[in-house]
Amino acid sequence: MLVDRRRLAQVANVRGMPEFGRPALVLLLLGILLAMVTALFMTYDLKGSLAFALELRGRKVGGMLLVGFAVAYSSVLLHTITNNRILTPSLMGFDALFVLIQTSAAFLFGTLAFLSLDVRLRFGIEVGIMLAFAAILYRLLFGGENRDLFLLVLAGIITGTVFTSLTALIMRVLDPNEFLTLQDLLFANFSTVNRDLLLVSAAAVVVIFVVTRPLLPQLDAVAIGREHAINLGVNHRVLVRQCLAAIAVLVSVSTALVGPVAFLGLLVSNMAYQLTGTFRHRYTPAAAGMIGAIALIGGQFLLQELFASVVRLSVIISFIGGIYFILLLLKEAGR
Amino acid sequence: MIELSGVTKRYGPNTVVNSVSLTIPGGGVNALVGPNGAGKSTLLSMIGRLLPLDEGEIRVDGLDVSRTAGNVLAKKLSILRQENQVAVRLTVKELVEFGRFPHSQGRLTAEDSRHVEEAIEFLELTELSGRPINRLSGGQRQRAFIAMVLCQDTDYVLLDEPLNNLDMRHASQTMGVIRRLATELNKTIVIVLHDVNFASYHADRVVAMKDGAIVADGAPGEIITGPSLTEIYDLEVPVHSYADRPVAAYFAIGSRPVPNRNANHRPPTKAVLATDH
Repeated sequence: MLVDRRRLAQVANVRGMPEFGRPALVLLLLGILLAMVTALFMTYDLKGSLAFALELRGRKVGGMLLVGFAVAYSSVLLHTITNNRILTPSLMGFDALFVLIQTSAAFLFGTLAFLSLDVRLRFGIEVGIMLAFAAILYRLLFGGENRDLFLLVLAGIITGTVFTSLTALIMRVLDPNEFLTLQDLLFANFSTVNRDLLLVSAAAVVVIFVVTRPLLPQLDAVAIGREHAINLGVNHRVLVRQCLAAIAVLVSVSTALVGPVAFLGLLVSNMAYQLTGTFRHRYTPAAAGMIGAIALIGGQFLLQELFASVVRLSVIISFIGGIYFILLLLKEAGR
Repeated sequence: MIELSGVTKRYGPNTVVNSVSLTIPGGGVNALVGPNGAGKSTLLSMIGRLLPLDEGEIRVDGLDVSRTAGNVLAKKLSILRQENQVAVRLTVKELVEFGRFPHSQGRLTAEDSRHVEEAIEFLELTELSGRPINRLSGGQRQRAFIAMVLCQDTDYVLLDEPLNNLDMRHASQTMGVIRRLATELNKTIVIVLHDVNFASYHADRVVAMKDGAIVADGAPGEIITGPSLTEIYDLEVPVHSYADRPVAAYFAIGSRPVPNRNANHRPPTKAVLATDH
């Protein structure tokens, strides 16, 4: 059976047909699963005005799809350019910074001014600051010769904590009314997604996908190591910068929509590597994205329908993801 | 032709490579030898544009390595570093296929597949081609990486201590393959070698470095001589001749009494003897 399949793959290769191996099969199955979960979420127990319910649920599903793909893709990109599978943008404090930006803006200009600002402009400014942070991070990550993994994780966690603490400090001194408005804006909440923000985010994600699509084969070369990639003609420095910029935009999207979702990226990207059994970027971002969307939509559905929304989805994801993170760290350290 | 002029590399206050100028015309095996820390690997990495230069210029067939686009150079020159660890799981064949990346950008054509097959055959890896590289022995892995570089099909191949950590059999086999790359496939090889005896038997030209500068340059017979090895390595090495080539018998030195050192150690020994009496 196994030999047969290998021979089949060889025949397919000789004829120049795309190999229909395990990764493609996994993508297909994930696609079917995602479609099923989405259909279930959209149609289960529909009551009242059909158009209204569908619009409301459609917005939620759209938000979760975007967040799933953005978080997964940003994690895969960071894994590839740092050559390790533990760092995620969330661990490096990317999303904590986004929250800090929003909180400081609300503090300085007031939530009213902040919210009355055109959503596209607001998002643009936030993404700009995130890009600046990515540039600083580039220096930290790739500036020196020393690229010790655990030092980086530690540095990332500390920056993240600093950002979170600063946010907490600002929130303490904020006017209680402002604080409430801000909290609505910030915290992982899959049930209310702003429609304008959804459109802007969708546009940003689509642009990122289109722009980074031609880079994917080069990322395969980067995955085998920096020096090999340079030898093979990849402009490593430029590619890494492009990836960090893409990560900054993707994290901005997901955090702006639902707030920080710690460990989701780590969980879905590593599941994607394991399921597809490959590191090739033709498969991993799509697989990770679909797993992310399935986890969010499926999880949200279960919470809403079975547990009557007593627990937040982000809490459960952080819990499972946190355990997984510790397991991964132990596995790496044991090597 | 590889031309280096005034190439300098500094790490903080330390000058690792100090204004090196060198011309390597096409063809043959060119060995870089010298003590640890002489700057050989650094120099090789700069030619292979893995490290930026602080001063000077390196041209490969007239192309400035620090300005030419990466994918143009990747078809002209390939470099293999000492530490060859791959961050992801790959089979031998998949690794070798990466050598075609500069030509196909990841989409293999029939022409690419032919090169891959040939490279695998040339390095006698056919039976191992489906095996993950992390499950290969050191010698096999080194051969797999050389196959990748061979598959890249460049005129210039830069190798940084490819015999490191290989036993006699694998070291001599690997060196034999490298020699064949130059003789049969007409490639220009620049190779950093630790063991001058491999340079003696397989290199056409030996360039010796010390403290970031070139101190000797010539045919193996001119460089591997007692006096010049003493100058390069600060060590008196007896040089013999075997099969018409010089052989440095450095491995025997440790156990031989060295006159200078004995002279220093004698007085305390005498004192001990004196108290005994």
